[in-house]
Amino acid sequence: MVIDDKMIDYIGELARLRLKDEERENAKNEMNKIIDYMDILNQLDTTGIEAMSHAFPVKNVFREDIVEPSKDRQDILFNAPNKKDGAFKVPKTFE
Amino acid sequence: MEFLTTMGLEVHCELSTKTKIFCSCTTEFGGEPNTHVCEVCTGMPGSLPVLNKQVVEYAIRTGLATNCTITQYNKFDRKNYFYPDLPKAYQVSQLYLPICQNGHIDIEVNGVKKSIRIKEIHMEEDAGKLIHDPWDDCTLVDYNRCGVPLLEIVSEPDFESGDEVIAYLTKLKSILQYIDVSDCKMEQGSLRADVNLSVRPVGQTELGTRTEMKNINSFKAIARAIEGERKRQIEVIEDGKRVIQETRRWDDNKGASFAMRSKENAQDYRYFPEPDLVPIEISDEWIDDVRKSLPELPSQKKERYLSEYGLPEYDVDIITGSKYLVKIFEEALNVCGEAKEVSNWIMGEVLRLASDTGTEFEDIKFNPENLGRLIVILKNKVINRGTAKEVFEKMFTENIEPEQYIKENGLEMVNDDSAVLAVVKTVIEANPKAVAEYKGGSAKVKGFIVGQCMKQLKGKADPGTVNKIIAEELEKL
Repeated sequence: MVIDDKMIDYIGELARLRLKDEERENAKNEMNKIIDYMDILNQLDTTGIEAMSHAFPVKNVFREDIVEPSKDRQDILFNAPNKKDGAFKVPKTFE
Repeated sequence: MEFLTTMGLEVHCELSTKTKIFCSCTTEFGGEPNTHVCEVCTGMPGSLPVLNKQVVEYAIRTGLATNCTITQYNKFDRKNYFYPDLPKAYQVSQLYLPICQNGHIDIEVNGVKKSIRIKEIHMEEDAGKLIHDPWDDCTLVDYNRCGVPLLEIVSEPDFESGDEVIAYLTKLKSILQYIDVSDCKMEQGSLRADVNLSVRPVGQTELGTRTEMKNINSFKAIARAIEGERKRQIEVIEDGKRVIQETRRWDDNKGASFAMRSKENAQDYRYFPEPDLVPIEISDEWIDDVRKSLPELPSQKKERYLSEYGLPEYDVDIITGSKYLVKIFEEALNVCGEAKEVSNWIMGEVLRLASDTGTEFEDIKFNPENLGRLIVILKNKVINRGTAKEVFEKMFTENIEPEQYIKENGLEMVNDDSAVLAVVKTVIEANPKAVAEYKGGSAKVKGFIVGQCMKQLKGKADPGTVNKIIAEELEKL
């Protein structure tokens, strides 16, 4: 797999990023390096080995269903760039 | 041209756990904006989710109740998309290994039985609520609902009519309520359905292009949305155009669906395994424990009511269709032991009063044991049926105790035959013309005399006794 101009535009769009030409070139190079590294890993023979999402064999970490107090609304909204009436205020959003 | 309709359903059901799926915030409905939130459910950097065990338990319960196979090794994945209702910019869901798979729910429409296959059930988190603020022309975000646990129940495209969809939803809702995993309040959004629909000309085997209608929140609206979208797609095809695969919003007030504005690439969710949550391994013992804890399900109850009590199938369908009617039936039956009588009261007076007063079954508040006691009182001829209906109406609206109410209002029947006889004699004397007509062969005059007697007895006599005494007295004349 190669990250070409079309692919980098698509990824940029998905990530909601507007890239300048040089940023675009830079990202393209870096991503290609990552992909190349994956190609090296792909050379390993992994027949019969289950794909895994964690390096450690940990499973079944649960919480009991007991309510604890929520955070103070002021604290939750503290870093919000915009707020109104106790809510996060964001640009008008359509469905 | 004749067309066939094919539909599949995605049902989202909010679980009735006390806390959210990945944090200990309350799941209580409503509340001031952003007061049921913490760093986890608002996606603050560095916060980590911990899975609520009850969610897994409820998911297993739902899977078993819908004949699914439980995926004993399952895990979460991230579904990535940018939308302000999800503060993390991804929803934690299950794509690759959903917790339940390959189930089915059996429905019946106009006497025809059909099995609707369930492809999978997966656990995920609900999103926040967006409120449009017309003054500032902006959007306000409330994350109280964000992180409330959801089950998404995905059917195979097995529906061919709106009636089948409604039958399935009715059955599914009743199962979810029976097993106590959700209150299924559609008006509060705890049960929501997305309908995937396509049409194709009769004779064509390949399915047509489908559209998806999201979050329709009442059975009636779903039926209308299906009919509306089916017609729209047929018109598009008959105009020689093609149906576009898209998500549409059903506007129930306008009676039409509208394409939702969506970015071209919005469907690329780039799912990948959720690294912040570890896999879930469900042992055989765990599944067995949940299976043992399952209550009797609607279909099992139906079979038992039919064989054990010999009730009509129609009545059994209505009663077992609602957890709340079942509660009334079983608790009243416990007291009086008269299944047929309890069923008749439910099918008659309970349904009538619920409909007259616009009361949902879940909001009926009389004590079912009182209905059982009323039936015993009636059987013992303390009151007659007419009075019993009046008493029941009071029970239904004010949850009164029948014995006390009957006593306080002096509603007991006159069980003294001599008192009845005295009234009968008075009535006969006062109505010589009617008596003459009766002797002349007019049988219907007897009804008039019975009516007059009951009126004087204020309805508090056993009609059988009154009839008998009148017949005897008239004979004597």
